[in-house]
Amino acid sequence: MSSETHRAIHAVWSIESARVIASLARIVRDVGLAEELAQDALLAALEQWPEQGIPENPAAWLMAAAKNRAINSLRRGKMLERKHGELGYELEIEQRPEQLIEQLESALDDDVGDDLLRLIFTSCHPVLSTEARVALTLRLLGGLTTDEIARAFLVPEPTIAQRIVRAKKTLAEKQVPFEVPRGDELSLRLASVLEVVYLIFNEGYAASAGDDLMRPALVEDALRLGRILAGLAPNEPEVHGLLALMELNASRLAARTNSAGEPVLLLEQDRGRWDHLAIGRGLAALTHAESLGRAPGPYVLQAGITACHARARTPEATDWPLIASLYAALNMLLKSPVVELNRAVAVSMAEGPAAGLAIADALLSEPALRSYHLLPGARAEFLEKLGRFDEARTEFERAALLTQNAKQRDRLKQRARNCGH
Amino acid sequence: MKFLLTYQGDTTKPPTAETMAAIGKYTQEMVAKGIVLMTGGLVRPDHGTKLAYAAGKLTITDGPFPETKELIDGFALVQCGSKREAIELASGFMRVAGDGLGEVLQVFDASEGGPPGPP
Repeated sequence: MSSETHRAIHAVWSIESARVIASLARIVRDVGLAEELAQDALLAALEQWPEQGIPENPAAWLMAAAKNRAINSLRRGKMLERKHGELGYELEIEQRPEQLIEQLESALDDDVGDDLLRLIFTSCHPVLSTEARVALTLRLLGGLTTDEIARAFLVPEPTIAQRIVRAKKTLAEKQVPFEVPRGDELSLRLASVLEVVYLIFNEGYAASAGDDLMRPALVEDALRLGRILAGLAPNEPEVHGLLALMELNASRLAARTNSAGEPVLLLEQDRGRWDHLAIGRGLAALTHAESLGRAPGPYVLQAGITACHARARTPEATDWPLIASLYAALNMLLKSPVVELNRAVAVSMAEGPAAGLAIADALLSEPALRSYHLLPGARAEFLEKLGRFDEARTEFERAALLTQNAKQRDRLKQRARNCGH
Repeated sequence: MKFLLTYQGDTTKPPTAETMAAIGKYTQEMVAKGIVLMTGGLVRPDHGTKLAYAAGKLTITDGPFPETKELIDGFALVQCGSKREAIELASGFMRVAGDGLGEVLQVFDASEGGPPGPP
């Protein structure tokens, strides 16, 4: 019975904690303290609910308990400051707590959207390492426990706990303001937020189903964060671009492995197993991003590419010329040889293998791709289609040598053997 | 994980405008939290059509069905971390929607290695 109550508390917590922490942080102006106060409220729930039963409105109960703790903390702070403060300062302090409590009351009743946005920007602040940003975001906004984060990222729990403690300390020491950046800073800081969310998504997307489900669950955590962000920042095309990209990629989750758990390539997937509701949401987010009329950024372009696949009922219906032009635009922004290689594949589908090969050949001198198995892999495909089997065989073998993945290596070796037969 | 939450209200008391507004507000909050994927309502299904297939024979029966008990008024498709979270969402909904019956059904999802579903 009590474990059922604990599960209920955990559920309420994971739904409500971000809003509770965000509201408190606006008042106490310290994300670490806000989180501790919210945790105190959670502890109170864990003590009281098993005995007194789950309250009629658990979310409101948690918010009220956290609010009381914030008020007490402010009162304690006032008394401390009175002891130590000088006279002039003290007079100012004298009025503060009541005003703050008033502010607190209204903040907690208000729509907390702006506070949530502040919380996202703070926990993704560039003074923190990427790893710290990811851990703190999952903790403060995703409502995950340190144990859940540790399992999701395959690291020991103390490592995550320490990462979070240090991150909170850094934010306090560097006096990172609890605010949404403005002007030029906004786009830079937004990029940092989007990077964190996409990292969380990819960590989950790369993990296969079946093992610890905390890893695939990161996909849903990232989607939830993406949807919250999209609601809070309706006029930022890249936010909607990222959401579109994640929804469209997630739509293929069920189709990308076969019943034996082996990966299935995009063009060979059973499109009936794609999640068409997710595709609908992804396409809507992309349409919204494009409707904002700004030059598309990397997420909007990547979402546009993924959308070309999502819109195609069959692989043959794929709009390869559009994909090729989107890759070209993406390469203008990112200047990445990997993107250029992807463009080569798209061009080969649109115009034929010779056109693809010409682009891929130009990448041979690229140092970044020297040990990248997909370059010889792509060249091998083009050469094979052109009937240049000896060269294709050599390239398949080279790709097999370079890949780290055993299943992929077997597949490439087999392609080399079958080449021209 | 995805869950289908269904709700059937007390048929003797149609919802008031206040209740409808509260339901709308609650749903909006859940959408803003990134949880709700879609929501919908059903026209009272006593005028629906029932199909039965048995031993190679298809029978189609048109309504009205005067004694229909199993009515679903509204549903929501949600994505959340656990069944308990889904129950919590449904509980919150019931509190604003008022007297009625709700159900929480997990959507089978092959990519999650969830409980066995249809073959």
